[in-house]
Amino acid sequence: MALLPLAYLVVRATERGWAPVRATLWRDRTLELVGRSLWLAATVTAACLVIGIGAAWLVSRTDLPGRRVWRVALGMPLALPSYVAAWAWLARYPSLAGFRGAWLVLTSVSFPYVYLPVLAALRRSDPALEEVARSLGRRPMRVFLSVTVRQVRIAATGGALLVGLYALSDFGAVSIMRYQSLTHVIYISYRASFDRTPAAVLGLVLAALAIVIVLVDAWTRGESRTAKVGAGTPRAAPPVPLGRWRWPAVAAVASVVGFSLGVPLWSLNHWLQRGRSRADWSQVVDATASTLTVSALAAVATIALAIPVGVLSARYAGRLSRAVTAAAYAGHALPGIVVALALVFFGIRLATPLYQTTSMLVFAYVVLFLSLAIGAVHGSVSQAPPELEDVARSLGRTQIGAWRSITLRLAAPGVGAGAALVFLTVMKELPATLLLRPIGMDTLATRLWSHTANASFAAAAPYAAAIILLAALPTALLTRDRT
Amino acid sequence: MRRLLALLLPLALVAAACGGDDDDGTAAPETTSTTAAAAPEDAGELVIYSGRDEALVAPLIEQFEASSGYDVSVRYGSSAEMGAALLEEGARSPAHVFLSQEVGAVGVLDKAGLLAELPTEVVERADERFRPADSTNWVGITGRSRVIVYNTDLVTEVPEGVLDLTDERYRGQVAWVPGNASFQAFITGFRVSHGEDAAREWLEAMIANGAQEYSSNGDVLTAVDNGEIAIGLINHYYWARLLAEVGEDGINSQLVFPTGGDPGGLVNATAAGILRGGAEHPGALAFVEFLLSEEGQTYFVEETQEYPVVPGIGDPDGVPPLDELDGPAIDLTDLDSLEASQALLTEVGLLS
Repeated sequence: MALLPLAYLVVRATERGWAPVRATLWRDRTLELVGRSLWLAATVTAACLVIGIGAAWLVSRTDLPGRRVWRVALGMPLALPSYVAAWAWLARYPSLAGFRGAWLVLTSVSFPYVYLPVLAALRRSDPALEEVARSLGRRPMRVFLSVTVRQVRIAATGGALLVGLYALSDFGAVSIMRYQSLTHVIYISYRASFDRTPAAVLGLVLAALAIVIVLVDAWTRGESRTAKVGAGTPRAAPPVPLGRWRWPAVAAVASVVGFSLGVPLWSLNHWLQRGRSRADWSQVVDATASTLTVSALAAVATIALAIPVGVLSARYAGRLSRAVTAAAYAGHALPGIVVALALVFFGIRLATPLYQTTSMLVFAYVVLFLSLAIGAVHGSVSQAPPELEDVARSLGRTQIGAWRSITLRLAAPGVGAGAALVFLTVMKELPATLLLRPIGMDTLATRLWSHTANASFAAAAPYAAAIILLAALPTALLTRDRT
Repeated sequence: MRRLLALLLPLALVAAACGGDDDDGTAAPETTSTTAAAAPEDAGELVIYSGRDEALVAPLIEQFEASSGYDVSVRYGSSAEMGAALLEEGARSPAHVFLSQEVGAVGVLDKAGLLAELPTEVVERADERFRPADSTNWVGITGRSRVIVYNTDLVTEVPEGVLDLTDERYRGQVAWVPGNASFQAFITGFRVSHGEDAAREWLEAMIANGAQEYSSNGDVLTAVDNGEIAIGLINHYYWARLLAEVGEDGINSQLVFPTGGDPGGLVNATAAGILRGGAEHPGALAFVEFLLSEEGQTYFVEETQEYPVVPGIGDPDGVPPLDELDGPAIDLTDLDSLEASQALLTEVGLLS
């Protein structure tokens, strides 16, 4: 399934023979674009790692004032379409255009890819290890770096991988910030010339980069083990007192939220005041209902498929599982338009009765976002000790039964985080939704797009607000305190 | 393939089953779409792919439904992406009619053999400058002019045409969109009217003068109106829409319609075509005829300040009349040498 977009790209890239492929690949400019895309992805990923891990630790392990509110607010930017954030920033600070703007916007909307899984990992890990380290005389900062970070390493690298691939595939931020990257050029060549060959060749380059990144990630992850023997006792950790760092920490978290949510909201409000167009409220309600429906369906379907793949790659790391995982991640690195056109191509030929139905659309979301769920499942399953399953089996449980009652239960918070990531990301997906949705159906993202494309910014504002409010739901659910 | 279907089907069943339970509100569009995609002929439903915006086109389509009695479903998106999707769908497309924001997309579908012939008398309702010279496979629906937009606070010496913009005083002040279809049509018009060398020299001089690259006409207009940059090259109706959104008092920009044969004053068109698969549907032709009727043409003139393609319909308010526009003297079909323009843009380093 994950290979469909790649198959499509190969068909399109080579339909006119190999000469145009070589011509596109052998240009200096292609190399330059690869460099620019990789640089953006690397810097955004680094920033997201720092923000994501730091924020997750602050809201879950310290006495940060207002941490319950911050906990939810920090997950919400994920649902904000990058083009809305980019446009909001640029309208206020025109000089940001270029690399700085693209970096800022991509970081501000994608750090929750790290934050959410790390938060889930922190909540299911046993604070005893940190207590032991502290009781042995380690200072809090060293405990954080040597014990805490190590415990959440898989969740964090999984998140970082998603950030990197997302930064490679995003079009909204790079186009509005006018940063020439591979994705930007792929879109332009579809839009301007309908010449699908160079776009497909560059798409394959992007997919190849993604696969290399995934393999390097898997290789560096190696055979290291994060599960303890025994599940430990995941309980609420006694909060680390921040002392004089209390208010600087609040300022740091508040500025992350301000940058990622505050500025876009402020800009929208500005347009709401200035513009004369008005949204049709019945359309807002309809779009909200359909967004909820497709996002929830996509989250369920994606998780259902990701569980076997994630478990496979966590428990039985081998060539097959690595190949499947890499293919799934490649889907995440491809621009939405490429995946959408691939599904148009295959959908209308192989699944005609389903073409342009909700099922087809949900299928597209699964292909696009499977990697989000796989990463989360993988991370949480590898924290659950396999020995417990062996014990359960030795006590007479079947393999499936043991897996369900032990591993799935231990991994549940991580799986939930995966579902939330998918839900939040689907809410803002645009290119595939535009082409594959049932005729007449609109989501919040499609309405937002059509109003902003038409300069009806005031009419667009309620849709953006609805996206942010809806995003609070799964985030609040995921980040709530366990009682 | 069979394996693929085996994977698809259970997922579809899950989706369909959950869809029914989850939400009553969205059940209706879901069912209509299934019938539309599966059997538009039986249902008698007319399926339109629109590259033009919903807020703009939906009221007009309602008028058509009311007057003709056809049941119409519309898929909205951007023209280029709709065009790309139609190319992928090929002969199986559920669409009957394609309404495009630009001539380029219908031209590409025509070259791919996906468009059906329109009756000559229908195409000939449009003025000669707004229809293809050598076929009747599509027809222009509205005209739009390329313009220069400038920020009234930042620009004291207003340029008269794009040829002025290479002047030192506009260094780093001009925004353009090299990837945009209407920009490329403008370059084509430049090449055809002033020659290849003149077009190349102008592009190189503009690059040397620090022209700034943006990704859409809308972004350029927002940037100019915000004071981010002084001058931009766009189509005239974007500005008309912004004026409608913020009003006379709220707008910080004005337009120049280049004259005297300046290539920056190119008049281009939006267009419609009937897909081969849609030729059987009587509503398809009825809809194209409706767009060219007095009612359809007047709607565009009044709502979007675009120029009518049918002679005898009044010009829009607030912009110079069509007859007074004096851009490069070329014919729309001359714009089909798009590939040469793209080659030129690639050569000077604006496209890859």
